[in-house]
Amino acid sequence: MASLDLARQPDKGARPLSLAGHVGFDSLPDQLVNKSIYQGFCFNILCIGETGIGKSTLMDTLFNTNFENFESSHFEPQVKLRAQTYDLQESNVRLRLTVVNTVGFGDQMNKQESYQPVVDYIDRQFESYLQEELKIKRSLHNYHDSRVHACLYFISPSGHSLKSLDLVTMKKLDSKVNIIPVIAKADTISKSELHKFKIKIMSELVSNGVQIYQFPLDDETVAKVNTTMNGHLPFAVVGSTEEVSVGNKLVKARQYPWGVVQVENENHCDFVKLREMLICVNMEDLREQTHTRHYELYRRCKLEEMGFKDTDPECKPVSLQQTYEAKRQEFLLELQKREDEMRQMFVQRVKEKETELKEAERELQGRFEQLKRLHAEEKTALEEKKRLLDEDQSSFNKRRAAAQLLQAQSLTANGKKDKDRKK
Amino acid sequence: MDNIAANSEMNSDTEDQDKEYVGFATLPNQVHRKSVKKGFDFTLMVAGESGLGKSTLVNSLFLTDLYKDRKLLNAEERITQTVEITKHTVDIEEKGVKLKLTIVDTPGFGDAVNNTECWKSVADYIDQQFEQYFRDESGLNRKNIQDNRVHCCLYFISPFGHGLRPLDVEFMKALHEKVNIVPILAKADTLTPSEVKKKKIKIREEIEQYGIKIYQFPDCDSDEDEDFKQQDLELKESIPFAVIGSNTVVEAKGKRVRGRLYPWGIVEVENPAHCDFVKLRNMLVRTHMQDLKDVTRETHYENYRAQCIQSMTRMVVKERKRNKLTRESGTDFPIPVVPGVADSETEKLIREKDEELRRMQEMLQRIQDQMDTQKDSY
Repeated sequence: MASLDLARQPDKGARPLSLAGHVGFDSLPDQLVNKSIYQGFCFNILCIGETGIGKSTLMDTLFNTNFENFESSHFEPQVKLRAQTYDLQESNVRLRLTVVNTVGFGDQMNKQESYQPVVDYIDRQFESYLQEELKIKRSLHNYHDSRVHACLYFISPSGHSLKSLDLVTMKKLDSKVNIIPVIAKADTISKSELHKFKIKIMSELVSNGVQIYQFPLDDETVAKVNTTMNGHLPFAVVGSTEEVSVGNKLVKARQYPWGVVQVENENHCDFVKLREMLICVNMEDLREQTHTRHYELYRRCKLEEMGFKDTDPECKPVSLQQTYEAKRQEFLLELQKREDEMRQMFVQRVKEKETELKEAERELQGRFEQLKRLHAEEKTALEEKKRLLDEDQSSFNKRRAAAQLLQAQSLTANGKKDKDRKK
Repeated sequence: MDNIAANSEMNSDTEDQDKEYVGFATLPNQVHRKSVKKGFDFTLMVAGESGLGKSTLVNSLFLTDLYKDRKLLNAEERITQTVEITKHTVDIEEKGVKLKLTIVDTPGFGDAVNNTECWKSVADYIDQQFEQYFRDESGLNRKNIQDNRVHCCLYFISPFGHGLRPLDVEFMKALHEKVNIVPILAKADTLTPSEVKKKKIKIREEIEQYGIKIYQFPDCDSDEDEDFKQQDLELKESIPFAVIGSNTVVEAKGKRVRGRLYPWGIVEVENPAHCDFVKLRNMLVRTHMQDLKDVTRETHYENYRAQCIQSMTRMVVKERKRNKLTRESGTDFPIPVVPGVADSETEKLIREKDEELRRMQEMLQRIQDQMDTQKDSY
């Protein structure tokens, strides 16, 4: 035990005391360890990468089992996430492992929204943890923590640089999850190309401000190993569940006509480094980082969104409860106000409608009157005309009768004249 | 006596042969001589996402370095990158035969985050070359026509997926009727032999499933020998060609070969057991280059030309409708049509189009008359 413990500053009020003998509280870490072994551990990995890049195979290789994943199609219309939970055991340690894979990532023609389902998934896990935390009756120690502890981002081995989709996605995720980039299918890159490729990737990440996960350097026992490993990022991995006999042993490898790529050979790829860093050395640190950094950031943002603050406008500390009460009152008042407003508006609208309808009615009435008048006028006009016509007719009849009479008279007169002449 | 008789018989035989001998058996030699004098040209297009080894393969195929001062973009620059079309032309010579090789590259294809319709500029480029050739061919001075038409397009499929991707399908479907597409399975040193076989079968199935018409090797005649037929069958079964390219020479088993050096072994580019590079090179350069040019000329270009003429006649008919029908002969095409077109197929098309034109004209006249009478009645 070093005299200077950087993790804990000596309290101003407490004076350091030296012990006269062995008390026994140095077994506290052991008690903690026993407790946690009893409870079991929980770890969640998110694998992001194009379809067919080798995510499932790498998981199978890492955990030395067969997670029974099937090939996805390239023609998914949207990115989806598929989560599967497994219970693993090694010696007396139980691990509840959740592996989340992206389905259809990088296949669409328009990939502008591809990162969204991933971000939504991560936020959902944070949200459910936050809800559990804010519950009145909560059971955090029994809660199955589904927050994503590590994100393996699979980079396609083009040999040139990152793809534009990679950059955009990692930028969106670096403040929400621990990103560990890996170069997938690394048996297609020769050693010299790999060196240049890694440098290019890291420089692109740095120049775009993407914060990937750095292995922690504050614990002396692992600082040295972690520093070396940080220099090897991103890890170039090859995955395989098939075994090939090399020498007189069966090893996990891929057999080519020109040679055999051994997965666990450090000369061939960085698989062993990844396994060590991810599982053997830093698993607990990943969980801690997720809880203390990423989750806290999420929680702070979410609560600030809801309007909670740590200090009053007068800079006096305000407890969550007071803020909550204040918020509630505010909310109820607002609700009341809105209800009143709506009622007023409703009444006003009804009145408006009534006046409108009355207007319309009056107009219609007016028009009806007018039409009636017109109609009566026309009727009288027509009757006038009819009377005139009748008069005309009667006068005509009279004239006709008179004319006929004249004609008859003239005929008889002519007849008399003829008779007279003949005589 | 017999000898003399035999001699005279022989003499008469050779004389007869001389009489029967015409001499056109030397035509192939004449063609050979003329073509060597004229020189050849070939335009090859390479398309595919960046990082699949296109430039390396082109360099390996023609054993030159075409991409000396190339500048690759960073990932952030590529987020909104558009597709460019670049051309590199080189003159290479082998045993007196000159070849003018043009490589058309498509940097930026499939690199942006949003790749909708990224194949459009490629299709437009091919159409432009066809259009330019069409104009040249229909022009008055046809002595020095430059043939810039794309004869073959090598499309690079990524080996890291499970087969074809939506981008691949869309690209090939947009271009399969404009250019000969030869699909290539890139960076094949990431696949074990069994994986290669599975992927080839899957890709061939998907090509058929989506109705993509890739370049078909001409069937060999039934009277060719078995060896040739076997080779031909093997060639057809190798689509897509699983290739590996390399710009560096390494030492393997005492020999200096083009290859890639890995800690676990050396991949030899020209070893048929390692990849299909040799098959591709033979097919492209040694056996099928002329056939690729012929198919481009006879099928793709003629399709384009027929479509072009059809759309032109439709435009002309529209013009005439607007100008109230003048029964002129078909001499007001925007481009003068060359009389005596060689292909009977296009002649038939033109005749059909003429008929259609006449029918439409008559119908228009009828409608016009109807309208006139209706106007009068008002």
